[in-house]
Amino acid sequence: MAISRRTLLGTGATGAALGLLTACGSNTGRDGGGSGGKGPRLAQWYHQYGEPGTEQAVKRYAAAYKKADVSVQWRPGNYDEQTAAALLTESGPDVFEVNGPSLDQIREGQVVDLTDLFDGVKDDFNPVVLAPKTYDGKIWAIPQVVDMHLLYYRKSLLDDAGVEPPQSLDELVDAAKALTTKDVKGLFLGNDGGAGALGVTPLYAAGLSSVTEDGRVGFDDPAAARTLGKLRQLYADKSLLLGAPADWSDPSAFVQELTAMQWCGLWALPAVKKELGDDFGVLALPADGSGGKPSLPVGSYGAAVSARSDHKEAAKDFLKWLWVDRTEYQEDFALSYGFHIPARLSLAKKADKLKEGAAADAVRYSTEYGYSEPLLWTPASRTAYQDALSRIIKSGANPESEVKSVVRKVRAELDRVKKKS
Amino acid sequence: MTHTPLKSRLLGTQNRTLWFWVFVGPFALGLVLFTYVPLAWSVYLSFFDAHNTVSPDDFVGFDNYTSMLRNDAFTDSLVTFAVFSAFIVPTTFVLSLALALMVNRLRRAQAFFRSVFFLPAACSYVVAAMIWKLSIFNGVRFGLANTVLGWFGVDQTAWLSTTDPPWYWLVIVTVRLWLQAGFYMILFLAGLQRISPTLYEAAAVDGARPGWQVLRHITLPQLRATSVAVTLLLVINAFQAFDEFYNLLSTSSGYPPHARPPLVYLYYTALGREQNLGLGSAGAVLLALIIAVVTIGQARWFGLGRKED
Repeated sequence: MAISRRTLLGTGATGAALGLLTACGSNTGRDGGGSGGKGPRLAQWYHQYGEPGTEQAVKRYAAAYKKADVSVQWRPGNYDEQTAAALLTESGPDVFEVNGPSLDQIREGQVVDLTDLFDGVKDDFNPVVLAPKTYDGKIWAIPQVVDMHLLYYRKSLLDDAGVEPPQSLDELVDAAKALTTKDVKGLFLGNDGGAGALGVTPLYAAGLSSVTEDGRVGFDDPAAARTLGKLRQLYADKSLLLGAPADWSDPSAFVQELTAMQWCGLWALPAVKKELGDDFGVLALPADGSGGKPSLPVGSYGAAVSARSDHKEAAKDFLKWLWVDRTEYQEDFALSYGFHIPARLSLAKKADKLKEGAAADAVRYSTEYGYSEPLLWTPASRTAYQDALSRIIKSGANPESEVKSVVRKVRAELDRVKKKS
Repeated sequence: MTHTPLKSRLLGTQNRTLWFWVFVGPFALGLVLFTYVPLAWSVYLSFFDAHNTVSPDDFVGFDNYTSMLRNDAFTDSLVTFAVFSAFIVPTTFVLSLALALMVNRLRRAQAFFRSVFFLPAACSYVVAAMIWKLSIFNGVRFGLANTVLGWFGVDQTAWLSTTDPPWYWLVIVTVRLWLQAGFYMILFLAGLQRISPTLYEAAAVDGARPGWQVLRHITLPQLRATSVAVTLLLVINAFQAFDEFYNLLSTSSGYPPHARPPLVYLYYTALGREQNLGLGSAGAVLLALIIAVVTIGQARWFGLGRKED
């Protein structure tokens, strides 16, 4: 059949219009690629883990679930922003991993109350990571694994420089300076000089907090400015590695000997061990001042159910099956690929990989010195604080005036969230 | 009344109105759905306390506007924009004009050099920013810039992390120059090729010396319309700077307060972890108003659209 130019153009224009409209949709994971289980189709989102095998593992867990057809989406990029935006629409996930949820997400009713899933097992979950998932007496996400940040140090480089592992913030400043050479820097706290990676950890090291248990600003104290000022000293001494190709969450700079010490996550421990053997140790951020104590942040990605899901009960059943009942999957997820502490105390206690060497130290530090960011430490407060810390470290801004300014902003933010309670 | 079937209306005698809507309709629909409706919704949101919601019920009037104007992070971002514009507008203007003048004088291989200088415009801002950040201007000993400087005994420089001196401006400005200069060169080249050769001949007869004198009294005045358009485009583009700033300076933990242009700040406020869509929308409306005022003011200053005397 001969097709005239007019017919071709008309068909093309109609096709383009239809294509434009269909392209408006997005891949939510609800169509195709499911586990094949009977029952409703559930879309489950994970952020992209760096460790090989994790994606296959979570797909295997999903495939083993027979009461629903679970489709796993592995999402690279800015995952927290992606989920926050997706929760505003009908096309978001049913079940998703969340670095939170945030206070505003809970109060806007974007996530489902999961308290009843913890019946009889609540005491077996690590209380430090369960606390930030709890608001108004209800639990809004199931902690999957426990993660923490640590200070890694290279034993041989410290020995060569005659430096002992630092036990105070002042010793850390001195050690970083002593370890800095033409090609190796003393310490890597991230390419922003530590404002983002350290966050409020120095405040806890000074014996303070971000927000007190009764909901007040926890660092309206001269000790805060004193401690944060010492981070400026690291920068001024040129002891900090800056501009590394991979940022603080990746151990590359440490194992490539660009730095003698690095603030990184527990997840990096297998990679560091593989490259350096036993030539490394781990520490919490050392204490500062007489009221301080070593400190490290402990956190947890959690599994949550979207309030916009059409299958909320099925989604809850799936989460209970995966993150409450199937303990063998939880242990596998925590320890077979990357390196995390299982969120269940009973599993963490019996895990052989956590019983010796640096891993055992890390577990002990998490119990003795770990803190978790409270829900009242909102993203707006965090941004204001990190901006001030960045100005103190990099621009030499006055720590006292910067802390005062942040205290005012955090107080206003706390007033806002309390007003809506 | 008789109805003509759609098929015969399309295939029969040309119905220009119908065909206009067939071709323009889908795109007009897209424009309304994805530009005008979100714009209107954004203005609506700016009057509400809208944390993590696009359908808020807590009306706050102009509170978001006043808090945004009192917010030093937002005002600092406007200062960042002003500094960036002060760097990027004149440098791009001068470089692209110089390239156009050079390429225009070539008797051979003009098309080749035109393509060479224009090609970077086809590169994504994200890709270029990553090359600048990871390969040329990373802060360790094997970065290209540090390697070259190392040959002369210069210490390693953390190009993007050092605020004193603020080397990050060098990285930000050079990546945009590399990406944009070729595009504006083409605009200037088109302007140059529209200048009548008789003008240059007449100037030569009148004794004008080739070079600076001809450039100042013949070429530049004849390029006035092109220059005004290029300047306007450069300023608007500077306001809209996002990609290279975000990809060069952001980290997994956020974005440092220095060199944070308005769009990056608004992105973190509205769409980042803060999810304050009301405040972010107020900032977007304020920014749109500022761009409109600056553009109209600039156009009036340059006499854009005014008939030649």
